[in-house]
Amino acid sequence: MLHFSRWKTIAILTACLIGVLGAIPSLFDKERVLTWPFPFNKSVTLGLDLQGGAYFLMSIDTNVLKRDWLSDLQQQVLQRTRSANIARAGLGIRDANRVVLTLTKPEDMAVAEKELRALVQPLESAQLSGTSTTNLEVKKDSDTIISIGPTEPGLRERETQGISSSIETVRRRLDPEGTKEMNIVRQGRDRILIQIPGVSDPKLIEGYKEVLKSTAKMTFHVVHPTITADDFKAGRREQGFRVFPSTDRVGGDEVLDERPLIGGDQLSRADPSFDEARQPALAFTFKPAAARVFGKFSSENIGRRFAIVLDGKVLTAPVIRSAIQDGNGQITGNFNVEEVTKLAIQLRSGALPAPLKLEQESTVGASLGADSIRAGKIATLIGAGLVVAFMLFAYGTFGIFSIIAVAINIAMIITFMSWLGASLTLPGIAGILLTIGMAVDANVLIYERIREELRNKSSPISAIEKGFDRAFTTIVDANLTTLIAGIAMFALGSGPIKGFAVTLSLGILTTVFTAFTVSRLLASWWVASHKNVKKIEAPM
Amino acid sequence: MREDRETLMLNFKGVDFFPHGLRLPIVKNRRYFIGISWVLALISLALIMALGLNLGVDFKGGSIIEVRNKTGAVDIAKLRETANAAGVGGIQVQGLREPTDALLRMEMQAGGDAAQEPATNKLIKALGDNFEIRNKEVIGGVVSKELLSSGIWAVVASLVGILIYLWFRFEWQFAVAAVVALIHDVFITCGMFALLRFEFDLTVVAALLTLAGYSVNDTVVVFDRIRENMRKFKKMPLWELIDLSINETLSRTVLTAGTVFLAVLALYIFGTEVIHGFAFAMLFGVVIGTWSSIFVAAPLLMFFGLTREKVTGQSDGATKGGTSKQGAKA
Repeated sequence: MLHFSRWKTIAILTACLIGVLGAIPSLFDKERVLTWPFPFNKSVTLGLDLQGGAYFLMSIDTNVLKRDWLSDLQQQVLQRTRSANIARAGLGIRDANRVVLTLTKPEDMAVAEKELRALVQPLESAQLSGTSTTNLEVKKDSDTIISIGPTEPGLRERETQGISSSIETVRRRLDPEGTKEMNIVRQGRDRILIQIPGVSDPKLIEGYKEVLKSTAKMTFHVVHPTITADDFKAGRREQGFRVFPSTDRVGGDEVLDERPLIGGDQLSRADPSFDEARQPALAFTFKPAAARVFGKFSSENIGRRFAIVLDGKVLTAPVIRSAIQDGNGQITGNFNVEEVTKLAIQLRSGALPAPLKLEQESTVGASLGADSIRAGKIATLIGAGLVVAFMLFAYGTFGIFSIIAVAINIAMIITFMSWLGASLTLPGIAGILLTIGMAVDANVLIYERIREELRNKSSPISAIEKGFDRAFTTIVDANLTTLIAGIAMFALGSGPIKGFAVTLSLGILTTVFTAFTVSRLLASWWVASHKNVKKIEAPM
Repeated sequence: MREDRETLMLNFKGVDFFPHGLRLPIVKNRRYFIGISWVLALISLALIMALGLNLGVDFKGGSIIEVRNKTGAVDIAKLRETANAAGVGGIQVQGLREPTDALLRMEMQAGGDAAQEPATNKLIKALGDNFEIRNKEVIGGVVSKELLSSGIWAVVASLVGILIYLWFRFEWQFAVAAVVALIHDVFITCGMFALLRFEFDLTVVAALLTLAGYSVNDTVVVFDRIRENMRKFKKMPLWELIDLSINETLSRTVLTAGTVFLAVLALYIFGTEVIHGFAFAMLFGVVIGTWSSIFVAAPLLMFFGLTREKVTGQSDGATKGGTSKQGAKA
């Protein structure tokens, strides 16, 4: 039936009004819109391809995360067996997967197992859900061999933690003031997606990439007092020490204690500065705990050397001249100003838990974005114009109805996108244009059906009613199949496909809605306005 | 006077230019039509096998740089020379619509992902300050493989989704016929891309998916009509019924193809480089999709042993609303 009850009419009109009004803010400046009252404070976000900007997809080296965890674990096992007086026949890492402890005496097994089990912790995620999954598992391999290693969920939790702390570090490095509208999110299992809108200056972008290139783990190590790197290579070894390569700035390779005196997360401050010779230098301050450790170490080891190691390479290995109690220090090492500035940013932001690898990079210049917007506008206007002309030509008054319906349809897509925070990309504009083409299809179906009923000698009014009724199932079937394709695109696609899938899918929903409310309501008004005319003729 | 104008506006009549009396003997000649489609599909297969698809950077890794000469029209030959002298392998240089713009393509470097980014920067440096970098894409080997597999999965998933949906709403014969027609459309469009050496990238996959949705949309309209007519004309032989249904919906099929074609044509003519492959795939796809909806999908039903009892017997109770009852009465 074509008749609409009053409340239904009101509901439809309200929905359309909101749909159209919601699109208005998108016609104005984003900044200006922010101060507007709700619901008009949201405008559609332009994708990077339209507003210009940079996009990086980086992956985190999860093997490094695992390796660090295992060597950490090995240290802990070592300490625990020492303090529990367990005699070790061996301690090592097997298959880059488990820490294996071999006992001298089988009697120690019970104590060893207890000590190892003490390292096992329930997973954070498992605590919430009430299950008892743990991060590590202990296995007795024989009477004298016991091993401990990460569980699969434990490994995944470690990865998640690694990714979140990397995201924080990346944010501090790229946008320390938090003023740029950067979007830094996890993607998939081991990836970080970084979107920097509005930045397309190659120099700035290279700078961004540069500060992410190293993990910037700065550690302080004790230098072996007597063995030199050459001695070590010639075979004079000592357990716990190994050769660290030089960064080729000053000095050569050094033999250092493998365990750092002060770890990579112990700086409270790092700034570029200059030394007495007016050479660029890096000034830093330890956190209080590390300052105490270093104060004690330096006062006991005056005249000996320690090394500052950055990402596994010796930056410098100075001689301690006096006790350093205040935790302040300065590194000089043939830096230039840019290097020092970069290093300071990296150190201030904390170390990345593992190196990041650039998997994909995309930079769109602002001028290209503006061109794309212009091209998108022209294509949409002309495409819409052609469709409007066609509908007017083919269906007259009812063509006007369908044009009104399609216009409301497009406004609704924009409104939904603004509210959902979905970005409008160039493929997204293509999706809108395609929606214009396909949305009139619903109307074409209805109107062709009306014509058919007219040819079958139905009265105009009943032909219109039948046309809407009978086309309904067809329109739903036809649009749902397209929606399936849209959802598949959204779920599995990435980047450009996603932007397109969003507008296409939203377009299908709004198309079905407007075809059965707006077009139909207008048609019912048309029929009502002809109630008093004796012999009416459908304008078909 | 005013009322007159108003009624005139409200009674503004459209032009019904479509020859509705058309009764094309489609099912009778189905062997020819399906034969044509077979030939097209086989040619496409041969083209894809022989020439391969010209995969874009998205799918095989590598770099793309779009540059604009700041001082005027770009000398493509000279740019090609400069780019290839940068020492980062062979660079493809192509002029764009704007005479000041050019597109440079760099294959994946032999050193893998780690070498790709420095090589791209080296190339940019070699071009000099005269060029503005309008767009730069660097895609590593891992990501590009993932994009390719997720693209293929998206196509497969949507085909399966459509198959299942149609199977529920109609009979399996309809679902299979629609999906066969769909694969035909996607396949021949791919063949066209292989022939014309157009770049096959992510946006083209998006176009193929949309095309799948569009083409099946067309097919479903015809199928819906077949189902309706099966209830209406109890005695009509199947071939005649399918023919009637195709012809009855012909005006809608052609008119809708027309509106979509117009919209996509605007995109093809006025869109930028990024959207070109997409627009072409859609433009070609609308034509091939309309062909398959009219001449392939419905006639295919004849081969699958479809019977009236199966359709009307089961769906009378299954479909709700007035449509089926009205249809059954008439």
